[in-house]
Amino acid sequence: MVALTKAINSNREDPDRKRANARKRFPVWRWVILLIAGVYFLLPLWAALRFAGIRAFGTVFVQPGFWPAIWLSTRLAIMTTLITLALMVPTAVYVHLRVPAMRRLLESITILPIVIPPVVLAVGVLQVSPGSLKATPWLLGLVYVVLAMPFAYRAIDAGLRALDLKTLTEASSSLGAGWSTTLWRVLLPNLRTALLSSTVLIVALVLGEFTIASLDLYVTFPVWIVQFDQLNANMSVAASIFALVLTWLFLMLIVTFGTRQSRRTGGGAVTLFTVARAETKGN
Amino acid sequence: MATNAADDTAQAASAVTASVTTATSARGGTSVSLRNLSRTFGATRALDGMSLDIAPGELVALLGPSGCGKTTALRIVAGFETADTGELLIDGRDVSGVPASKRDMGMVFQSYSLFPNMNALDNVGFGLRMRKANAVTRRQRAGELLEMVGLAAQAKQFPHQLSGGQQQRVALARALAIEPRVLLLDEPLSALDAKVRLQLREQIRNLQQRLGTTTLFVTHDQEEALSMADRVGVMRGGKLEQVAAPDELYSRPATAFVAEFVGTMNRLPGELVDSGTVAVLGTMVPVQDGAPASGQVDVLVRPEGLTVVQAADGNGIVSNRTFLGATSRLTVLLSGDTEVQVDVPSTTAAAMVPGTAVQVALPPAPVLVASRNE
Repeated sequence: MVALTKAINSNREDPDRKRANARKRFPVWRWVILLIAGVYFLLPLWAALRFAGIRAFGTVFVQPGFWPAIWLSTRLAIMTTLITLALMVPTAVYVHLRVPAMRRLLESITILPIVIPPVVLAVGVLQVSPGSLKATPWLLGLVYVVLAMPFAYRAIDAGLRALDLKTLTEASSSLGAGWSTTLWRVLLPNLRTALLSSTVLIVALVLGEFTIASLDLYVTFPVWIVQFDQLNANMSVAASIFALVLTWLFLMLIVTFGTRQSRRTGGGAVTLFTVARAETKGN
Repeated sequence: MATNAADDTAQAASAVTASVTTATSARGGTSVSLRNLSRTFGATRALDGMSLDIAPGELVALLGPSGCGKTTALRIVAGFETADTGELLIDGRDVSGVPASKRDMGMVFQSYSLFPNMNALDNVGFGLRMRKANAVTRRQRAGELLEMVGLAAQAKQFPHQLSGGQQQRVALARALAIEPRVLLLDEPLSALDAKVRLQLREQIRNLQQRLGTTTLFVTHDQEEALSMADRVGVMRGGKLEQVAAPDELYSRPATAFVAEFVGTMNRLPGELVDSGTVAVLGTMVPVQDGAPASGQVDVLVRPEGLTVVQAADGNGIVSNRTFLGATSRLTVLLSGDTEVQVDVPSTTAAAMVPGTAVQVALPPAPVLVASRNE
């Protein structure tokens, strides 16, 4: 929690200064750290690959329950992304424009899902949810919307900070645009980087979430992997490596596509929290 | 009766000529009338019963220090703020309840306001798109306007590829593209460097005169206001102190505040002999209207309103000399620690190096006086 806040804050620093500082530091240390981190992350992957064996990858797709689990996770990812963005974008825009004093409050509210343990959330949701939602993907989707809130809000907030929101909306309305047109034609295109960043975070969250899905008895892809582990450990490890690669590919696609689009209009790279916009240079 | 008809025909004919010569001409001038506008933000009175009439095709600049209410007035006209009391009439119709998007006002903002996701052409065409113009018309008209501001070559460039001055010119083209009834300029030049500011100042003024668009221009830069506007309104504390043509504002300021805000003004200690005469620098000078009844006052004189001659037993010593071209500005320290600035031809000033003893005098023309502590 503290670490996350710190990470967000450090990301707000002036990038030029950060780069200058990095250059001053002893470059050998960078390689040492990179090597240690690389070993730390890649060693388990390599071990998993060895354990699963290459042959397991061929048969993982025909295992019972594989496709339904993938399909459920995909639907949840799409559902969560759409609902979260539809809720958070207008809220964040409204707060930035009309009640900027509430920004701090909203920030603390959106952090709540991280503070509350997933077990509490899972049980709590089952207690209060209407019967009609139970056992449908919608229930889990709505829980994920809550879970995704902190990440989505921060990404959108960073995007909005990078824009001169007041001037853009006023310029748009003086030219004759109503509210929805301004949002659709002016704000959303300029928030593209932030929206893609949110999407990356939400998709990663949904594709990796286990606790709540499992406690509320949904067989999402992560849950299927754990269940299947009891039948065939090799296959299950192969499936999780497959999931990892798939998620990674998907995220890379969003990041690359989003960055290329945003560079064209002078925006920054799609990353997880920072959204930098190129400043106008000189007159 | 016959003469009237002839006049009308003549007017109509000249109107036609005007619209032909300026193919992009705005609809025939719009009048704007601010009636007794007041607006408070919390404890601050941003506008305090401000009234102003702008004639069709006129460019009026609102000039004043920051916090004087000039921006609030502009934003009320734009529709971004609402007045607590008072009326805003456009062509005689109260538009207080009309939202900004329906007012047909072109606005150029202080900060860069181009839409970063659109290139210059699409930015200029945005307002036309909102008016449901088709793509061909839009592109053609946006192209014309970009050409008008001299940026036809930059049509496909995105805002981040344009310099600040170019961005403001695109913003101007975008505001003019909708053929606004009123053009609103909110310190559009203040973010630019001096040279670009000067060029753009002329360009805006030329375009405005060519199109005949009624324009309200807010600035804190007196030089900008005086050089561009038909009339300048000097504001202070939410009120208009004086609205007048630039030369009148300079030569016949209505109040001490206006006198000192516009141009350079010397304050010389003096004493009122009676309500019409003041004793200053050892001479008696007539006083303009609106003087205090009696007592210690400050006499306000422009640097070019004083004379200075070399005199060994004079009343002051030159402490500084600045060469300005044809004239030089001398700073003279008078007895009693009063410092005045005097403009003299540079040829005369050549001999007056710092340290020279001089005699500063005041011609017997009417002067403006202000109470000592104002």
